[in-house]
Amino acid sequence: MSILGTRVVRTEDPLFLTKGATYTDDLVDDRLAGALHATFVRSQIAHGRVLSVDTEDAMQAPGVVAVITSADLADLEPLKPAFSSVPKEMLRPWLAGDTVRFVGDPVAIVLTEQRYQGEDAAELVAVDIEAYPAVVRLEDAASGRTLLFPDAGTNVAATFGDPRPEDLFEGCEVVVTQALLNQRVAPVPLETRAAAAAWGQDGRVTIWCSTQAAQQVRDQIARWLKLERDLVHIITPDVGGGFGAKIGADPEFALVAWLAKHMQRPVRWAESRSENLLGMVHGRGQEQTVTIGGRRDGTVEAYGLEINQDSGAYPRNGAMLPELTILMAPGVYGIEKVHASARSLVTNTTSIGAYRGAGRPEATAAIERAMDLFAAEIGMDPAELRRRNLLPAFAEPHETPTGATYDSGDYTVALDKVLEAAGYDDLRREQAVRREGGDVYQLGIGLSVYVEITGGDNGDGNRERAQLEVHDDGRATILTGVSPHGQGHATAFAMLASNQLGIALDKIAVLHGDTDRIPKGGGTMGSRSLQQGGAAVHKAAGELIELARTRAAQILEANPDDLVLDLALPGLSVSGTPGTGISFAELAAQERLLVDTIFDAGAPTFPFGAHVAVVEVDIESGKAQLLRMVSVDDAGTILNPLLAEGQRHGGIAQGAAQVLLEEVLYDDDGNPLTSTLADYPFISATELPSFELVDMATPTTLNPLGAKGIGESGTIGSTPAVQNAVIDAVAHLGVRHIDMPATPMRVWRAINEAAKGSAPKGTES
Amino acid sequence: MQVSITVNGQSRTDDVEPRLLLAHYLREVCQLRATNIGCDTTSCGACTVMVDGLTVKSCTVLACQAEGFRVTTMEGLSSEDGELHPVPAAFRAEHGLQCGFCTPGMVMAAIGMLADNPDPTDREVREGLEGNLCRCTGYHNIVRAVRTAAAAGPAASSVPSDAQVTA
Amino acid sequence: MIPAPFDYVRAGSVEEALAALRDHGDEAKLLAGGHSLLPLMKLRLAVPTHLIDVGHLRDLSYVRVEGDVIAIGATTRHHELETSTVAASDAPLLAHVAGRVGYPQVRHRGTIGGTLAHGDPASDPPTALLALDAVIVVQATTGRREIVATEFFLGFFETALAAEEMIVEVRVPRTGSVGWGYEKFTRRDNDWPIVAAAAVDGRVALANMGGTVLRASAVEEALAAGASAEEAAQQAAEGTAPSSDMHADGDYRRHLARLLTRRALESVAR
Repeated sequence: MSILGTRVVRTEDPLFLTKGATYTDDLVDDRLAGALHATFVRSQIAHGRVLSVDTEDAMQAPGVVAVITSADLADLEPLKPAFSSVPKEMLRPWLAGDTVRFVGDPVAIVLTEQRYQGEDAAELVAVDIEAYPAVVRLEDAASGRTLLFPDAGTNVAATFGDPRPEDLFEGCEVVVTQALLNQRVAPVPLETRAAAAAWGQDGRVTIWCSTQAAQQVRDQIARWLKLERDLVHIITPDVGGGFGAKIGADPEFALVAWLAKHMQRPVRWAESRSENLLGMVHGRGQEQTVTIGGRRDGTVEAYGLEINQDSGAYPRNGAMLPELTILMAPGVYGIEKVHASARSLVTNTTSIGAYRGAGRPEATAAIERAMDLFAAEIGMDPAELRRRNLLPAFAEPHETPTGATYDSGDYTVALDKVLEAAGYDDLRREQAVRREGGDVYQLGIGLSVYVEITGGDNGDGNRERAQLEVHDDGRATILTGVSPHGQGHATAFAMLASNQLGIALDKIAVLHGDTDRIPKGGGTMGSRSLQQGGAAVHKAAGELIELARTRAAQILEANPDDLVLDLALPGLSVSGTPGTGISFAELAAQERLLVDTIFDAGAPTFPFGAHVAVVEVDIESGKAQLLRMVSVDDAGTILNPLLAEGQRHGGIAQGAAQVLLEEVLYDDDGNPLTSTLADYPFISATELPSFELVDMATPTTLNPLGAKGIGESGTIGSTPAVQNAVIDAVAHLGVRHIDMPATPMRVWRAINEAAKGSAPKGTES
Repeated sequence: MQVSITVNGQSRTDDVEPRLLLAHYLREVCQLRATNIGCDTTSCGACTVMVDGLTVKSCTVLACQAEGFRVTTMEGLSSEDGELHPVPAAFRAEHGLQCGFCTPGMVMAAIGMLADNPDPTDREVREGLEGNLCRCTGYHNIVRAVRTAAAAGPAASSVPSDAQVTA
Repeated sequence: MIPAPFDYVRAGSVEEALAALRDHGDEAKLLAGGHSLLPLMKLRLAVPTHLIDVGHLRDLSYVRVEGDVIAIGATTRHHELETSTVAASDAPLLAHVAGRVGYPQVRHRGTIGGTLAHGDPASDPPTALLALDAVIVVQATTGRREIVATEFFLGFFETALAAEEMIVEVRVPRTGSVGWGYEKFTRRDNDWPIVAAAAVDGRVALANMGGTVLRASAVEEALAAGASAEEAAQQAAEGTAPSSDMHADGDYRRHLARLLTRRALESVAR
């Protein structure tokens, strides 16, 4: 019986549940003996000119070995934007010497013998800043009245798409427009950022850091510090969550390495949570305008999406996410005319980066809100409207008006399944009863049907490598270019190899994230790991069997075609003749049994699904409670349902959190208002129900596993369903739209405004 | 100043500065690094340990306040033979951990919760774990793990090193 | 994330604690459960140079009937109050509210004395104690005095406690089986209240409707004059000065005060 497709508990867990995992700040390593502790001094002003940085008092503080300011880093070139389309004048200093551009912008670094001393000394660094007007709202950024980078002459970091055709909605009987906010959120992995660096006698630097892609970090740091790539060795310890925010090196990682060289001693850095909420990239941050047009019979004919993307002060990958939003704009619908355009704007805030879904949740939230608005306008049930416009099932590639090529999909079945599992008709009946009765607690039912892109081109195509070796003791080692941070890849990949080679799960080690052992790899992001990294392991196992066959044939003096895979050995035996085989271990004893391979999917895959959220809103207070979350998430063939469900659960929770609670807020001066976990309302167990997952698997042909990505689907599908549900709960009171997060106050206001007959801000019809 | 604390059944006396947090004492003085620190506002619960049978957030206790306390961390649950305590065993069985960072605190919080309420409903589990944040699991499987552990009876809320201590 | 350096002394008795307070004056703070003070110190919003640990004074931890009051020692933890059978039968509002403070870990450490001394207008136990007309017994080297709850909370994180005084006991009139209600409005179950209303025996107290927990006197007067719960609750925002923050602006808080008061009074009636 194959273990593929079965609920295998994780091989990682015994260690995690006894001694605990080893995260970067846990590391005990001889190379880090005597390490200095680095503490960053960060700007408390959002935008201004640095007049002076006085380090004298700090230098006198106990345990202080050095205080570094921008003057010390003069031989490092400022960081250029990572993307060529961003104005090259939007340079990021290593430490602000002239201008600070967000609260949290690093200004100095204190190095101390002990950790606690760092905070004491950092307080003593006196930073004098002359404040400039802060640019926080996107409309302010767009106006260009205050420029973050005067040399760039603009606050526009990037633009995407052409102007909308004038006739996009020509002939539409009904046209609805709505301004939407896809608000800035904080990723908040439980492990904050951390790095440690030590230089060896051989002139190489070893950097341990909490990252999703060690190879990227190596390349970036080598480039930034002007080092040969092979002088930089990145090691990834256990990582306590990433969610996209740990993609790519943060400048702090490079600084830790530079400091270690400068001080001739190892250096360690581990940020506090407050520092993390300022210094780690934030997610989302799009202001959108959706326009949807069509016929009264429910045919959607045209869709327009305009986006203003907040980049934060220094444009990073977040500034480019609108590309993905535009690509996925029409979602699952066969809309004839689709147009989307965007621009990214810099503001005096923390940079925006990738956050679970990275550009695609924004697309789905927009189209799904638009569908509900259209349904309300024509008086049609939102499920029915969707059904009428879904692309019909397809198993051959389908190209959309925005240039995406979906691989396979059956959206109607996904919708049917979720409606059935949710008991949709019963819910509508219950809703009607409560409305009739004027209940205080009203029911809201929200829908989303989504498709998303996973395993996209990461600059190196859609491929991943794997190295597989069977040792002479019968154990096996897999080296993978992906980089788990909770997903359970070690278990998943071991399952694959075990299934093909017959080696027991606990005899298979899966290594990642060490650039000396794995110089090339794409890391874990964009839900690529199983469909590319796992497929590579699968391919490697197949190749190893063939390599073993060739060698076995020679040793056994048999015809290779007469040798069969013998999983019991495990190894190869002569067909029909038991006891005549040779095990992989025995082969390895004679000659190293190792293969190195690359799997190239050639294209991304498009998982899809449908979610139904049921909320209860207390219409006296406006508080919404999520009662049920029913989801269909089709990611093709599932290798390990236990792991897949875990990904769906986590994704759903983060998606629901964006609707119900979470938002990063700044005041008009650019001061963050949610800079600790006491203020940032991170979703806890009491706000969530247990989830109802429905299975559906439409395999892809792009890899032999039939697998699409699952990691981000939950987030993409759940946000629109929950948002639509909250609005649906009070729609009978005249409410048309409520922005996220749908706080009790917002909902209460919306009810009151509707009662007065005035519509909420941002609506035009 | 000197503090004498029993950690995972072992008595020890150490010289600490008054402001040393119990969490750092455990991690850096006792070298027990399973307990993690995930925030600086007593919000996340990753640092939860057991003190004299009650769960506390070790980031909000000074080591010197813990003088005379019996402290148990997740490491203290392990037995010699490597068999998992019922609560971590249930976490494994139900996939109640992914990145593992919140897990040591979550496990200790679950044990404490079961000591107070040995047969909780799902809702009661969620309320009992309000002080512990997780980003990876969405809490779904953590709730399942605690319910599964509860089925193991009193063993689920037992803390081995507490039993070892005399007077 | 780490407090500034300080000196630490563990008090072996109330007398020792008071002597230390007197010696160090404004620079010293008492440490009981530490879950109000230490978070402030870790963010360096409080920088006392001396901490006097009274958390080990178990003699100050008790919940007992004394005539027509329940006497609660200052170092009684919220968890102990939450699970106390005495409190459950004789001051059920207080027992309930003790169980609404945050989550288990904080209830295992936080004390009634510490929470009172902290003077947070958005704190649950002070709200209940105000509605219960509790009396706070404080002591200095010079002797004891009693302060009624209505005179204890002076301003934003400011109480009637002098620098050299410590709370030793809280005396709560027994309410027995009389109806009570507590409505706490939060975004997440374990948060501090955005607004809360405690109602018992014709008295109503509100959390987070001003610089201190306060009594909704207009509501109480209306009730005394025979108004229904719904009518009386309309007065809940009278005399309040709620702040605006990201969770709620003044208007919304006033609305919540009225709503929660009505619901708390409805519980009383049930």
